[in-house]
Amino acid sequence: MSEDIFQRQEKLQNYLSRTPFADFLGFRCEIMGDEMTAVLPFDDKLIGNSSIQALHGGATGAFLELTAMAQLFLLSQEPKLAKPINLTIDYLRQAKAEDLYARAVVTKEGRRIANVKAEAWQSERSRPVATLSAHFLLSSSGE
Amino acid sequence: MTENSDFFDLIRQYAPKVINSVPYARALGFELVDLEPGRAFAKAPYIEETIGDIDTGIIHGGVITALLDNLSGVAVISALKEMKSTATLDLRIDYMRPAEVGRTIHAEAECYHMTRTVAFTRAWAYHETKDRVIASASGSFALNDIRMPRQKSDAEASE
Repeated sequence: MSEDIFQRQEKLQNYLSRTPFADFLGFRCEIMGDEMTAVLPFDDKLIGNSSIQALHGGATGAFLELTAMAQLFLLSQEPKLAKPINLTIDYLRQAKAEDLYARAVVTKEGRRIANVKAEAWQSERSRPVATLSAHFLLSSSGE
Repeated sequence: MTENSDFFDLIRQYAPKVINSVPYARALGFELVDLEPGRAFAKAPYIEETIGDIDTGIIHGGVITALLDNLSGVAVISALKEMKSTATLDLRIDYMRPAEVGRTIHAEAECYHMTRTVAFTRAWAYHETKDRVIASASGSFALNDIRMPRQKSDAEASE
């Protein structure tokens, strides 16, 4: 029996709340129907370069990766967050010491593999800080 | 030649800071282990805050992304012949197998090509050796000249 979007929302929030790494990052998401905006509230520990007060590329990357996983979970019937196969992050601008936002789009959900794209921004939605393109292994593939 | 090795000595002193004094790297417990020109080694401990799957205890892939990103940047710096600022252009990570629960992750990065403006890197994360990698990465970094006002005036004075 397939779950509706509200059941998936609840399950996602539940899953994230008991994921230590999501908690470590401070990751949270605001969900409206099947649309999700992820938020990474600024924290000093996310800094990668103290002299220019920039977020760490690894923090931005991990945030985009979690955003993609969460969006995929929301739209699919997966029992768990899908495992990443590979991902490419393009760093477009310096991420400042501010909150970071992201949205993801499931480009293709096949039987075994899904392709997801995500984009992160700060004060201006039209000036993305980084983008991600990733492949995930779906657990329904039996692995 | 001696000039270059002098510069590398300088980098060697400065490089641990690139990991050890970075707040995000420190929060994740990253540690620079060794440095050669164009090659860097680091390790990341298994810490509970980085678990991505509570049922299995496996750490989140984002930690490995951060480690390989950081270390690739250090490998670029170690390959420099003069001081430049670096910025990650892109990074691709392939996940081969999950990291084992409770074990330290080791990583190695190399800068295998450099032009005046771009540096190219490869990196690996593993428990024991590169034969069984957890993840591999390839990246590119933009290189920018650092303009130092004092040096500029020296140059002007010599003209």
